[in-house]
Amino acid sequence: MQTHPLLIFLGAIFAHNIALVYIIGMCPLIVISKSLKTALGMGISVVFVVILTACLNWLIYHLILLPLGVEILAYLIFIITIATSVQFLEMVIERFFPPLQATFGIFLPLITVNCIVLAISLFMVLRDYDFIRTFAFAGGTSLGWALVIVTLAAIKERLMLTGDIPKGLKGAGITMVILGILALGFMGFAGMVKM
Amino acid sequence: MKIYRLIYTRAGRIFVNGVWKDNPIFCMILGICSTLAVTNRVENALAMGAGVTFVLLATSLLISSLRKIIPARIRMITYMLVISTFVICVDRFLKAYFPRISEQLGPYVGLIITNCILMGRAEAFAIKNPLGYSLLDAFSCGLGYSYTLLILSVIREILAFGTILGRRVMPGTWTNWVIMAMPAGGFVLLALYLWIMRNLAKLEPEKGGI
Repeated sequence: MQTHPLLIFLGAIFAHNIALVYIIGMCPLIVISKSLKTALGMGISVVFVVILTACLNWLIYHLILLPLGVEILAYLIFIITIATSVQFLEMVIERFFPPLQATFGIFLPLITVNCIVLAISLFMVLRDYDFIRTFAFAGGTSLGWALVIVTLAAIKERLMLTGDIPKGLKGAGITMVILGILALGFMGFAGMVKM
Repeated sequence: MKIYRLIYTRAGRIFVNGVWKDNPIFCMILGICSTLAVTNRVENALAMGAGVTFVLLATSLLISSLRKIIPARIRMITYMLVISTFVICVDRFLKAYFPRISEQLGPYVGLIITNCILMGRAEAFAIKNPLGYSLLDAFSCGLGYSYTLLILSVIREILAFGTILGRRVMPGTWTNWVIMAMPAGGFVLLALYLWIMRNLAKLEPEKGGI
């Protein structure tokens, strides 16, 4: 029997957090976590793009690639879907929601090469999820990632005020230490949900 | 000609930059996801390093030879397509000849596509430079990436399991530090590694506070 979608959703946020357990999506975590506001913008954009592309990729994989027997092309097709839908989303936002453009527009091109978007599609194939589970998994995973980037940015903003950090640890180094401690914390959730 | 003079030629500089001065991991902080995720065992790290180096070489070869006919506006999507084609090759190769490693690496093989090192080298070097130099650049970046993976994975496997490549190296009384095989250990170890290497390479600290 497969796991209940709600369990998958919660598990993807906490027990199997994509950033702290699978270590995916590190580049934006390191680069964009300098202020809480941008981190929040990035987090929300990722949630939208991930849910959209995961559903599209599920449909393409199960309705086109599998019947034709060309699963071998999956990587190529997934990355094209992601690039296209990000471009499309950018155009829609520019045309119909100009106020959002200033907040989220700048993050969209970055998301194309973000590993989490592709990773969700790959996990979905590996674990053989159906459509509802893919939706729950994509939502949970992206929310979990957003949670981590917002937490990280908040910690870094605090640290910026008080911290006296060794020269070589500045930037990526201290981010890794913070993430390590966060990962230790999230280990408390380990094993609660089987994916 | 003395050997050490070689590093003052253009090719020598490219090589030294890739392996040391602009090392993809500790200078440019690219490709961290795979660095942490696959270094819990040495064999995974070797497979990953070889895979990334192969894709780097192949991408540089293709992008550099086609650099005059790739239109500037669609160059990004071209890199993506070229990279994912070669990643499919790596994935199939691992599945056919090393099914166990392929299973352990799981989605991380496919995630080579979004490894920033590949896009980075294609955009920063291969699109502007002749074939020979591009290949050398790809090779040295791949080497720089692979040896970092190797160092981290050796430390992590010894501490976490007491083994290297599955062979026991620590005495029987050794207590495994299981935390080193987990993400938390990887993060902290990478932080220490960055600290040491950045001091050795005498890098300027990053601007803008933290």
